[in-house]
Parts: sequence; C-alpha cells; structure tokens
Amino acid sequence: MYDIGLFHFLFVSCALFFIGVYGFLTRRNMITMLMSVELILNSVNINFIAFNKFLFPDKLDGLFFTIFIITIAAAEAAVAIAIIINLYRNYNTIDVEEANTMKY
Amino acid sequence: MNASTIIFYILAATIIGGGLMAVTSRKIFRSAVFLLFSLIGIAGLYFFLDYEFIAAVQIIVYVGGIVVLIIFSIFLTHGSGEDMKRPHLGRSVFSALAAAFGCILTMFIISQPKTFPKPHYPGIEPSAANIGAQMLSTTEHGYILPFEVVSMLLLAAMIGCIVIAIKIKVPPHAILPETGEDDEETEIKAPVDVVDEINEPGLMTN
Repeated sequence: MYDIGLFHFLFVSCALFFIGVYGFLTRRNMITMLMSVELILNSVNINFIAFNKFLFPDKLDGLFFTIFIITIAAAEAAVAIAIIINLYRNYNTIDVEEANTMKY
Repeated sequence: MNASTIIFYILAATIIGGGLMAVTSRKIFRSAVFLLFSLIGIAGLYFFLDYEFIAAVQIIVYVGGIVVLIIFSIFLTHGSGEDMKRPHLGRSVFSALAAAFGCILTMFIISQPKTFPKPHYPGIEPSAANIGAQMLSTTEHGYILPFEVVSMLLLAAMIGCIVIAIKIKVPPHAILPETGEDDEETEIKAPVDVVDEINEPGLMTN
C-alpha cells in the first residue's frame, strides 16, 4: 500500500523526541523549555498514529490517545504561560536560574 | 522512488529541520516560528497517513492555539530582537552527547528485526463520524469516561489560568486590621504584594 513503512515514522519520531530532549536540557528560558516539551509530546503523537495506521487499522485507540494528548498539551501550555507571565510580572525575569525564591 | 516517498522525505526534513532550528536558534521569536514549521510538518504527516481529523485538530490546536499563545507570551516578556544568553559550553556538549547516545540507541533497537502482529484489513475509516461514535459511546470500547475527565481537566485549567493571571485590587484595611495613621497605601496589586507587606516589619511599626 505504501513504500513508506512503520519504521520510517518511528525514526522521524525518535529524532524529534531527542531534539526536544536536547532543547529541554540546554535552554534556560521558560518559554523555550515549554517549546521543547511540545516537540516531545508531538513525537509521541506521531508514534501513536503510526502504530495505529500500520498495525491496528481495525481499531481507533491510538487516535483517541492522540486526541487526549493534544487536549492535555493545550491545557498545560495555557497554565504554563499564565505562570510564566505572572513570574515575569513579579520578578522581571523568566530565566529558570534566577527564579530561586522557593529554593531554600 | 515514487511521489509518496518524496513527499514523506520532504515532510520529515521539514519536521526535523524545524525542530533543530527551534531548539538551537538564539532569537526566541525565530525559534517560535521554526516550531510552527515543525508542527505544520507533523500535520502534513497525518494527512499523508489519511488521518484528516487528527491533522485538522493538530492545525487548529497547535498551530492556531499554542504557537499563537507562545508568541503572545514572547511579546509580553521579551524585548524585540534581543539574543538569548548562550548556554554554557559544558552543559550543551553533555546535553548533545546524551541526546545523541539516546537517539542512536533507540534507532538501533528500532532497526533490529522483529515481528509485529499481522494487521487486520479492512480497517475502520478514521472519519469524524466513526471517531465521534466511539468516543461518546458508553459500551465496552467507548471513551466517554476519559472524555468527561478531560472536560473537567480543561475547566480546572481554565479557572487556574484566570486565578494565576488575575490582578486583584484589595483595599489594605480588608486584610490588615490597623496599619497606623498614614493611609498612603490605598491600592495593592496582587495578593503576593499583600503578603510581602504583612511580612515587612516597617509597615507595622509606623
């Protein structure tokens, strides 16, 4: 049916996942860390959709997991951005190294 | 090498190139725009697999919602055109090594020969009608319970965003019993400020 098989999609999602992990480890800015988390969640979605398409085409379960992950990612991004803007309002920075009020 | 193979490789290059530029660019607005390209490439991948509903949801929620929200928050918190601080060399080297080793290990495991269960054809058409019928059904394979739980989660997230981001104007006499004779502080922006002023000893003494 396709020349492109399941493994092509798994390689793409694997590369995207570790790109997100690299961004999450190197960035110290809260907005860019949030963007890395979005990349990681999207790579998981590609995996779910590819497995559903190539291994279980008679079911829709992977598709429902993808829908719920997208929903929860939207809620998470909204709450995270509210926290970031409130932090910026109070401390005038969104760098995770400088937001250490609750550390000690 | 036919047309669908070429389209797949173009989409994969868009996704991985956009993702790489999004995590390495030092201008934060460019980083958000590259994230946008990466998410559009993922929506194209869903179209490539004939999952039109998920592709539409991806474009509406991610491209139309989350990226616009991120760009708004960049405008609210950053000056335009500033470069971000360069990460420490040691941290970026070790992060790159960790990500590269993890990626190589996972790709090695993926490329091992393995057997999967045979797919049963004909499959279900992933149309909006079938998705809606199964998602809202209360039978054994229905998803009505997670649907309701997610609706409660969205409500909680919405109220939480409002509570976190709101500015409350509290008159100080509603919180503090008596601060003294000077009534200069008539407006306090947020409850955090009120707590700071309670903890501040200078306000209580004069």
